[in-house]
Amino acid sequence: MRGLEAVIQVRRSASFQLDLSLQITPGKTFALLGPNGSGKSTTVSVLAGLLALDHGRISLDGTTLDDPDRGVFVPPEVRRIGVVFQDYLLFPHLSVIENVAFGLRSRQVGHAGSLARAAGWIERLGLTGFSDRKPASLSGGQAQRVALARALIIEPELLLLDEPLSALDVTTRIELRRHLAEHLESFAGPRLVITHDPTEAFLLADEIHIIENGRIVQAGTPDDIRLRPRTRYVADLAGSNLVRGVAGGGVIETTGHSLHIADRSVEGPVLATIRPSAITVHLREPEGSPRNTWKTSIDLIEHLGDRVRLRITAPLPLTAEITELATRSLELTEGAHVWVSIKATEIGVEPV
Amino acid sequence: MNDKPRRRSERRPAPVLVTLGGLGLLIFVVPLLGLLARIPWTRLPELLSGEVVTDALRLSLVTSLAATSIAAMLGVPLAWLLARADFPGRAIVRGLVTLPLVLPPVVGGAALLFALGRRGVVGEPLNQATGLVLPFSTLGVVVATTFVAMPFLVITVEGALRNLDQRYEGAAATLGAGRWTVLRRVTLPMIAPSLVAGLVLTWARALGEFGATITFAGNLQGRTQTLPLAVFVALESDRDTAVAVSLVMVVVSLVVLVALRDRWWKAL
Repeated sequence: MRGLEAVIQVRRSASFQLDLSLQITPGKTFALLGPNGSGKSTTVSVLAGLLALDHGRISLDGTTLDDPDRGVFVPPEVRRIGVVFQDYLLFPHLSVIENVAFGLRSRQVGHAGSLARAAGWIERLGLTGFSDRKPASLSGGQAQRVALARALIIEPELLLLDEPLSALDVTTRIELRRHLAEHLESFAGPRLVITHDPTEAFLLADEIHIIENGRIVQAGTPDDIRLRPRTRYVADLAGSNLVRGVAGGGVIETTGHSLHIADRSVEGPVLATIRPSAITVHLREPEGSPRNTWKTSIDLIEHLGDRVRLRITAPLPLTAEITELATRSLELTEGAHVWVSIKATEIGVEPV
Repeated sequence: MNDKPRRRSERRPAPVLVTLGGLGLLIFVVPLLGLLARIPWTRLPELLSGEVVTDALRLSLVTSLAATSIAAMLGVPLAWLLARADFPGRAIVRGLVTLPLVLPPVVGGAALLFALGRRGVVGEPLNQATGLVLPFSTLGVVVATTFVAMPFLVITVEGALRNLDQRYEGAAATLGAGRWTVLRRVTLPMIAPSLVAGLVLTWARALGEFGATITFAGNLQGRTQTLPLAVFVALESDRDTAVAVSLVMVVVSLVVLVALRDRWWKAL
């Protein structure tokens, strides 16, 4: 099979075992989304060959890279896996161009040839003029692009990005997320993004795998995960309502509905975030301050412990979360007509 | 007019501290002044060009550089093992490596004599097998000097390797670098400040070595008589020469310290 196939079993300590499988086809971006300590970085180490499997098998484009049962282990320097590490790990003693050329020099490409190709990548990533700088003098965004160029120059068969945006401040992150999405698109092989940030996963990935305590608790498209979280944990981590739209004058226009927001200065394409618990449900038209109020019906009721998630579709598909007690006192059933309301201040807005 | 109130941190330090600190400084400065006061400036060229002095200077340079080279070749791998490899008794090994730092050099010299002397545990079979005699030879000076000076290199480099973020080496590996390329292009360059500091300290300690050398290798002009030994001998017979050679060693030490500057000290 083309792409990555991995069945990963590694014991890191008496209490922590990583046990998951991944299949990524070329041209697709997967995200491994989970909290710190869930095994994300261990997954990177194992795929890159910096850590050997205890059990399982990793193969890339049909070539086995690690298979302890058959005694196969391809060392990292022989694998062709481009890694953008957390904190980027640019070599501090080398200039930007030497960092980018490192992979070619290590693979016995001549000095002049390496530098020429590195210069090409530096230009492609918009770093012209920074060739002779040392990494310490770069901004976070520039360092990220150098790390990306350094990983891509070896023409890898798999691209791994470990928290590619977490070292950046908020403004830079939004800007770079867009660029990163473009660079990911232009890479033909399978891509795996490791992140603890749901927004990052939703915006970059075709498929999201949610990892908790070393295991995948749910996998699916961003919409699957968002609309049908299978556990409380996934609901908390990734269950926010994400709505794409165009903002202007304090209103976000989405397909079929307008949402009022508090910030009147935002213009252009945005991603609106609405926590399910910020949506209130009423039997009659509510009075009061909420700017966003509309009539809809309940499509689906899901019970997650003492909380209940309600799926509403028209005119805007959203998930609301209320307590079990409220569901019973409102006597909500699937198909029931209700009014929902959201305070404008409860809608998070992020330019995309 | 500048009558801004003085900030607390800019206040003068307490007089007690100044007094005690000044006294402490005097301990270092007075001997140097004493030495400078005794220097026969006009006879200096003549004194320093005498055969005893030039022999000792040449021998000192050769043996100290040889000891530093051996320390680099053997000490860096040893430091690497101490920092990275996991083996039983590592704490004991580290103790053994640092022992020469606290051991009186004369005891080290005696131990070398018992081990590598003509009747020594290792020296006797070595002599029978190769005809090599270490005591009272220039090679013996190198061995004694290495014994005393190498710990400086091992400790400095071990500390640097321990503090180095190993993820950089992993990053290099994913970029296609084998272990030797990683060592050459990432590990060694990244610990270079500490490596240089360790080498310079090792060399400086080797240059000043006295006790182990005179015990193990004796005091033969042109063969084992290094600069410190020449000073010791000259103090008995020719004070002016002793003072002149001492001046040379002070100057060399100061040059080393200035060359190291703040940057290198931080690497320790």
